[in-house]
Amino acid sequence: MLKGYGAVILEGAWLTLQLALSSMALAIVLGLIGVALRLSPVRWLAWLGDLYSTVIRGIPDLVLILLIFYGGQDIINRVAPLVGYDDYIDLNPMIAGIGTLGFIFGAYLSETFRGAFLGIPKGQAEAGAAYGMSSRQVFFRIMVPQMIRLAIPGFTNNWLVLTKATALISVVGLQDMMFKAKQAADATREPFTFFLAVAALYLVLTSVSLLALKYLEKRYSVGVKAAEL
Amino acid sequence: MYKLQVQDLHKRYGSHEVLKGVSLEAKAGDVISIIGSSGSGKSTFLRCINLLEQPHAGKILLNNEELKLVAGKDGALKAADPRQLQRMRSRLSMVFQHFNLWAHMTALENIIEAPVHVLGMSKKEALEKAEHYLAKVGVAHRKDAFPGHMSGGEQQRVAIARALAMEPEVMLFDEPTSALDPELVGDVLKVMQSLAQEGRTMVVVTHEMGFAREVSNQLVFLHKGVVEERGNPREVLVNPQSERLKQFLSGSLK
Amino acid sequence: MIFDYNVIWEAMPLYIGGLLTTLKLLALSLFFGLLAAIPLGLMRVSKQPLVNMTAWLYTYVIRGTPMLVQLFLIYYGLAQFEAVRESIFWPWLSSATFCACLAFAINTSAYTAEIIAGSLKATPHGEIEAAKAMGMSRFKMYRRILLPSALRRALPQYSNEVIMMLQTTSLASIVTLIDITGAARTVNAQYYLPFEAYITAGVFYLCLTFILVRLFKMAERRWLSYLAPRKH
Repeated sequence: MLKGYGAVILEGAWLTLQLALSSMALAIVLGLIGVALRLSPVRWLAWLGDLYSTVIRGIPDLVLILLIFYGGQDIINRVAPLVGYDDYIDLNPMIAGIGTLGFIFGAYLSETFRGAFLGIPKGQAEAGAAYGMSSRQVFFRIMVPQMIRLAIPGFTNNWLVLTKATALISVVGLQDMMFKAKQAADATREPFTFFLAVAALYLVLTSVSLLALKYLEKRYSVGVKAAEL
Repeated sequence: MYKLQVQDLHKRYGSHEVLKGVSLEAKAGDVISIIGSSGSGKSTFLRCINLLEQPHAGKILLNNEELKLVAGKDGALKAADPRQLQRMRSRLSMVFQHFNLWAHMTALENIIEAPVHVLGMSKKEALEKAEHYLAKVGVAHRKDAFPGHMSGGEQQRVAIARALAMEPEVMLFDEPTSALDPELVGDVLKVMQSLAQEGRTMVVVTHEMGFAREVSNQLVFLHKGVVEERGNPREVLVNPQSERLKQFLSGSLK
Repeated sequence: MIFDYNVIWEAMPLYIGGLLTTLKLLALSLFFGLLAAIPLGLMRVSKQPLVNMTAWLYTYVIRGTPMLVQLFLIYYGLAQFEAVRESIFWPWLSSATFCACLAFAINTSAYTAEIIAGSLKATPHGEIEAAKAMGMSRFKMYRRILLPSALRRALPQYSNEVIMMLQTTSLASIVTLIDITGAARTVNAQYYLPFEAYITAGVFYLCLTFILVRLFKMAERRWLSYLAPRKH
């Protein structure tokens, strides 16, 4: 299949999936830290959270990837000698890719989480408190389940954007499916065929994600009346 | 000669029949109030007259011109000639329960929209008319306001001015005061009363018994999709014949 | 490790040139993207299954695949076919600027079509009824009531799309164009100062984003004031 490049590209697809999932895991952690900062009553922490979200969202993913991968590598190698480490350090594109995408999408997710958190009516927590729940109980039994429901659409969207953004990591040398397709395209002089195959693989990935997240949304939307069009 | 004739109108939703043969005739200057409890089909009937709802049988005539209807796939009737429907609609202006002003246009823009773009009136003439009618309904000072920035009573009066600016043959009012705060109802009713006194032909679906009694010259009481009683409102309301109307009136006068 | 201002200062003309290229790419792709998005958006609310499905498929495929793949398909991919290479369009299709604009316009048209369709669907039912009751034809109703109202209400979402497109134009640097990112890559290649080069590009994009956000806020005040809450 695909002039013998089929297996190679599928290998790349596996790498793409690993990259996407690991980046998302990191992004969720950073997103939660981000939202905790932004909703914090301590002024400078909130400011730090806002800064993170605004700056990252205002700069193209590609620039951030280049900055973190090449700039980060540069800085590490400028700093390393100062701490007595003299070998040149090469960043692993996979690690750098996860770090970069996680960092970028953490900022986007902090915005999603913040919206979800602020979208829960005040009365919900009050009702919990009024029935004698502790603030811990109110948070975990009342707020979090509702926040998940409100965050799912934004989460879905971020996951889809992240999945597609993984293609950019090929620019810094990660041998994902995009990278493999480019190699195959150059070798066979049939770029259309290979990029179309990659497009189809991405479409499968995004379609499966959409279906899975739709199901999740349904599960968490119990008791919510759908808007009538 | 009748301005508006509606003959034997039938309408159903699925297997549930909401209008079981309702007729209505309006001469020039008639003000007809249609009353009935919710679910009686009175709003549906009014909305069938300009085909916002599709009847399943019946005839609609405006100035003796019959609206040509053909049965669609689902059995409901639709206009055979969309242009005839558009022309007839432009001569039957409707005032809605929820005003339905176009939110992205100011009061003035709402009023001149259809005269300019449906009737082909010049913008200058439409603006003069709009100002005139806005003054008439008492909201001239709000002409540059957007609907979202007006009170319900103001919005409904602008909506009436919008209907008037079409200089229609017949005006259809679909519960025009039901969505208003009680203290705003009076302003709108006053405007409607003055329109009736000018001799405009109006068909009004309403809950306002005072208006039905004092202003209209014909009253139609609908119950479960049939006309239970009709006649001169002063006679019908004072001396109702049917058991249903007696019940309805005792309920509404409580 | 101090920030090397001198190199960046010397490279400023390169960045300014890149800025102009970015703006040109952005303006062209937004213009043609919006032009295509309006009919596509209307198709997406059509009751004709075939019309609706065609537009749906288009937006689904475009929105489900990475921009980079779309760009490569057009820039590298089309050259695979002899018919394309020998057609009268080849001088256009072999130009990186044209291919980038084409790919970006196609991409934004799909997203914008969905925004417009969503906004059309959210039109209050009563406003449509009022238009019908006034005797408007379907065409007139769309032209006078539905589209003007829907396009205005789409403005906040469209502003997001424009900012996303600004960021997307950075991909042009991958197909050899010297936009802001391309300028940064050139600087990095010449002086090997990746940190300085890309930080500078980032600052340019941040400023552009900030300006766009302000412009859209002004536009919203101008065209969406009717949705603002009552002041009195």
